[in-house]
Amino acid sequence: MKGSDLISHAKNTWCPGCGNFIVQHALKDVISDLGSEGYPIENFVLVAGIGQHAKIFDFMNLNGFYSLHGRTIPVATGIKLANPGLKVLCIAGDGDCYAEGIEHLIFAAKRNVDITVMVHNNRVYGLTTGQFTPTSPSGFHGRSTPKGEQENPLNPLDLVLASGATFIGRGYTGRREQLKFLLRTALLHKGFSFIDNLQVCATYYNLTDYYNERVYDWDACSSGDYLVAHQRAREWDYNADAKIGLGIMYQHEAPTYEEGYPVPVSLSEEERGHAIRKFMDSRL
Amino acid sequence: MDGDEISVLIGGRAGDGVSSAGQVVAQMLAHMGYQVHMYFDYPSLIKGGHNFAIIRGAERQVGAVRESVDFILALNQETIELHKKKLNPGGVIICNGDNAHHPGAVQVPIGSILNNEQAPAVMGNSAIIGAFLKVAGIDWDVAEEVFPEAVPKETDQNLRVARQAYDAADLQATVKKLPGRRLPVMTGNEAIGIGLLEGGITVYFAYPMSPTSNLMHFFAANTDEFHIRVIQPEGEIAGVLNALGCSYAGARAAIGTSGGGFCLMTEALGLAGIAELPLVIVLGQRAGPSTGLATYTAQSDLLFALNAGHGDFPRFIAAPGDTTEARNWSRIATVLAWKYQVPAIILSDKIICEGLYSTDPDLSVDCHAEPVMADPGVHPYMRYQVTGSGISPLRFPPSAGDWIKVNSHVHDTDGTTAEEHWVAKAMADKRNIKVAGMREEVEGLNPVEVTGNTNSDGALLTWGSNKGACDEVGKLLDLRVIRPIVVCPFPERSFANAMKGVRRFYSVETNETGQLARLVSQSGYRANGLVLKYDGRPFTIEELTARVREVIS
Repeated sequence: MKGSDLISHAKNTWCPGCGNFIVQHALKDVISDLGSEGYPIENFVLVAGIGQHAKIFDFMNLNGFYSLHGRTIPVATGIKLANPGLKVLCIAGDGDCYAEGIEHLIFAAKRNVDITVMVHNNRVYGLTTGQFTPTSPSGFHGRSTPKGEQENPLNPLDLVLASGATFIGRGYTGRREQLKFLLRTALLHKGFSFIDNLQVCATYYNLTDYYNERVYDWDACSSGDYLVAHQRAREWDYNADAKIGLGIMYQHEAPTYEEGYPVPVSLSEEERGHAIRKFMDSRL
Repeated sequence: MDGDEISVLIGGRAGDGVSSAGQVVAQMLAHMGYQVHMYFDYPSLIKGGHNFAIIRGAERQVGAVRESVDFILALNQETIELHKKKLNPGGVIICNGDNAHHPGAVQVPIGSILNNEQAPAVMGNSAIIGAFLKVAGIDWDVAEEVFPEAVPKETDQNLRVARQAYDAADLQATVKKLPGRRLPVMTGNEAIGIGLLEGGITVYFAYPMSPTSNLMHFFAANTDEFHIRVIQPEGEIAGVLNALGCSYAGARAAIGTSGGGFCLMTEALGLAGIAELPLVIVLGQRAGPSTGLATYTAQSDLLFALNAGHGDFPRFIAAPGDTTEARNWSRIATVLAWKYQVPAIILSDKIICEGLYSTDPDLSVDCHAEPVMADPGVHPYMRYQVTGSGISPLRFPPSAGDWIKVNSHVHDTDGTTAEEHWVAKAMADKRNIKVAGMREEVEGLNPVEVTGNTNSDGALLTWGSNKGACDEVGKLLDLRVIRPIVVCPFPERSFANAMKGVRRFYSVETNETGQLARLVSQSGYRANGLVLKYDGRPFTIEELTARVREVIS
């Protein structure tokens, strides 16, 4: 299958210059590469939240579940429990994953559910036209905070590391090849994989120059070291000025959630009737 | 003791094993040919506080308890003080001789028996049961047959403790054996569980909440026997979305909760509605609003269940009246959810969920609805294909060459988001047309039960767990009893038939406002009065008789 076959008939409605285009094409390339390497494309399921990011559901020819705001991860967990053979990718936004529904992120990392979560972190609400999100820097002037936001941002990498994620990466839409590498590695990782993807909002929060001046690549060799990962996670707090590391922050192997709850062999009607009768007999 | 019926109250502190002792007594009576019902009353705490269970057995089906009892088994003095006025003339109090006393009571030396057997304090309940058997003139064989099933842990030690108390007590009464068929005794949670299994449920999600936690425990204790997975998620919001993920991928999932948890699920209920994903919710009502009376009963979520979620979408709701119905309608709710791709709610309450009932294993309602599957040869697959029935054939991922898309937005036939006015209307019409099929299917399943004097022009209208009390009181006062089991889609035709010839009717409900009366008023039926109870406790036979007499006089 050609990559272009993964782009749907639906009319694209993102703003010109939106970071979402980079994500969409990176995803298209990664999945079509995996397809040409023999991985069945029909095994991919994309679960989207609500926000500008989520429109990717309509723009791609992939199995999909267009869920609710903040609710990609529990749907993905259910899909994975029903059929562990599926490759489930959550595409979420920073409001959509770090504000509403943040408990699901923490628990998916805690359980090591074998799904991939990529957060389109543009640090502003786009669909609702320009309010601050959990990762906006303090003092952010948004439409709900004209005098500047009073809160400090959340550091998602630190949170997810503490919660037990087995794959953590940070991408940037200004580094498309690296983003493709991260997506591919995350999709192939066995266990919970998480990518915080810094992307610009061309309309409400364009940080292109800011990011370009600060980003650098983490050394791939030490990604198995938890202490190094901890340092990397805290190097930039999404607020104060600092270097911004990109690439795989942490990766290691651990048993997955689904392995603890294997799909049971289905009972025939007769076997089920027998089991029920046995229970009832114990209550005679 | 009224010849053909017997009531036993057992009480003690939380942690004394009152509920399990009640179950043993219930199973013993069932063993002797009685049909039984147990009401279990406990406050929301783990140790201490007063717990009691009332077990009533009769030769006919019972689903409510009386004000008075024939035996009081008191594990402490508080039980005697709180309940002695319930004792029938000729009734007997059997108490823990170490900490309780009452003139004429049978004193059981529980402490020394436990000491002799080196048994833990919680086995005091077996001692009091042993004494009860002797006092009530019940053969020791009954204990030997029931204990191994009802008390699978340390059975022999429990039996030895019971036997010592049995030998120490004196015969005072004779509870006769009845010739009736022995029926299994189970809780509503267990009956619902069996129905869900029979409907094909293979994964159950629940965040702990009374009164449905025991459904989760029932499945969890039997995962190997029933081949079911039990998952405890981070909350009700996650659980219901887990279930919808399963639905999308073709696995039948159910989720259980009470009103507070159901509040959290309402957003996903609408998602199930628009995305047309099958979903089965067990809603065990308890007294609200908010945390309310956490371990007590109510029927105050009927209108909430009917209207939960924003926007219009079809749903199926059944409110069973006992365990036999709970089993049947849980199965039917599951198969209808999958046939029509809608959310289905089993609307139960604390009385049914945690109460025990004799359950006829062979009584079943025929319903063989199957999901409509897409023809495997047809491509491309359209998840929301418009059909005459409104049901779009199902296909689950992976399916080579297809994109299977479900969507919380208004969507086109292929699942892509759409905002055109004609698509919005066509999809709303498609969803709505399913209701006609559901209603027709439901009308054929005896969705409205009529009991009592079916020719009477005076009727009691009721629903859910009031079945037991209303059936008896209807018979006693020569009234017709009309009880819709399916409340959505409302079975208008069956209800009109049930109401034929009724000139006045009174709605009996355990809520503050008469929610069922309000529901039937939408079909043009105005209740002549309401008989309501909203103190967290169920109607007793005597109380309901008096209350109904008051309104009909």
